[in-house]
Amino acid sequence: MSSWELALDSFFNLSVARDVLPTILKACWLTVYLSLFIIVTGIACGLALALLRAFGIRSVNFFIVLYADFFRTVPPLVLICLLYFGLPGAGLSISGFACAWLALSLILAAYSEESFWAGIAATNRGQWEAGRSTGLTKFQTLLHIILPQAAKVAIAPLTSRTIAIAKGTSYASVVAVPEILGAAQSELSVTYNATPLVMAAVAYCIIFIPVVAAGRYIEQRFQWSAR
Amino acid sequence: MIEVKGARKNSEALPFLNRIGLVERTERQTELQSRLQEARHIVQRRAMIEATGVHKSFGALPILKGIDLTVEEKELAFIIGPSGSGKSTFLRCLNRLEEPNSGAIIVDGVDILARTTNINAVRRRIGMVFQSFNLYPHMTAQKNVSLALRKVLRLPRREADERAMHALDRVQLAHKAKSYPSELSGGQQQRVAIARSIALEPRVMLFDEPTSALDPELVGSVLKVMRGLREEGMTMVVVSHEMAFARQAADKVIFMDHGRIVEQGTPEDIFSHSQSERTRTFLNQMER
Repeated sequence: MSSWELALDSFFNLSVARDVLPTILKACWLTVYLSLFIIVTGIACGLALALLRAFGIRSVNFFIVLYADFFRTVPPLVLICLLYFGLPGAGLSISGFACAWLALSLILAAYSEESFWAGIAATNRGQWEAGRSTGLTKFQTLLHIILPQAAKVAIAPLTSRTIAIAKGTSYASVVAVPEILGAAQSELSVTYNATPLVMAAVAYCIIFIPVVAAGRYIEQRFQWSAR
Repeated sequence: MIEVKGARKNSEALPFLNRIGLVERTERQTELQSRLQEARHIVQRRAMIEATGVHKSFGALPILKGIDLTVEEKELAFIIGPSGSGKSTFLRCLNRLEEPNSGAIIVDGVDILARTTNINAVRRRIGMVFQSFNLYPHMTAQKNVSLALRKVLRLPRREADERAMHALDRVQLAHKAKSYPSELSGGQQQRVAIARSIALEPRVMLFDEPTSALDPELVGSVLKVMRGLREEGMTMVVVSHEMAFARQAADKVIFMDHGRIVEQGTPEDIFSHSQSERTRTFLNQMER
């Protein structure tokens, strides 16, 4: 076999592909809903924290900033391992799936809190004053006037960060979660062939291209006026 | 059946009663009533805003050093003064966008600085128009106006939209209801901002340099709307440099400098017969 044929056989082996396809597909499904869980909880918690921060209670804000700084600093893989291997020592044993979900949600919450907060802080003070002067409460002003404008600012960093963290689901392979990378790796050790990994790469693209497209669509939707 | 008969009897009895001398009594009653109304009107033309000893500092920097001002109902009070004199800060104290350090402010009979006062309920009775319009950029003109109607007055959507249209019509912008702020000129934006306030049917309107951010040719349209409000009997407090408008439309002109009221009186008093050297110096500078 020529080296070209060897490479072809190693990376694009059709019979291997056919054999491992069901496993990869199952893994895809797991990756999709793990990602969705992380996106929903992460962004919801981040938004809640940013809204809370907007009320300007100094002691509360100290802890929010501390939280955001810590979880933006710690690498996702470290956090996942810490939860998976550390918690049992504290008498609390949770599954690899739950660890990955919790760790990545905590991190996404930290990043999305910062993105939303940056948007809220960037909104003109006059917007607050206009809302409050018509008798809206602080929370109503925040919800109906400030947040839509803050979201417009936050949406670009938020989508790229969301995609980065959702891709971080591949770290879950380390704690025995059969998501795409985990499944591909275990197939690799059975077949001694890199084709499952190629399929994994393709699968990630197929899954995340729609997410990128959705991000772009949301960004466009937030362009509420001709500028 | 009996009640119906009784009612018929009463209505037949009325002309008869009138014939036997009740007519004079009703005439007298109407006269008394109209006198009473007159008296009530005089009583009603009471102080709409009563500020006493208002002090405000930003950190160690004193901005207001004891402001006493009374604005009567249906009065247009016009505050002038050099920049940094505290006139905008004072105006913003009147709806508690700024919290005074001491003093008392009564608006429409409500002590707005009292701890027990629901400031949100008070604010919807006090309209405010800003120098920089502060329209909500993500909402159409109509939504800008209807937001508080729905969220503060809790009107159903349709009713709020109708009232918003009516308010926009009053500032001659009904045809721009579906436009976003960025599609409107400065003058149009400021008129939408006025509509946003008047839709809540406030008792008082505060104007914080409403024409300062406008191109000269757009100032007129905003002043026209303000003149219309005055004719309808709106109580207004205006901080502005539009001296010609003050001369023409104000009931009372207040000159402020260094956190104090230097002088107040009719436009004639201030513009033509000012008692204070500082006022005259300021007015001369404005004319130049």
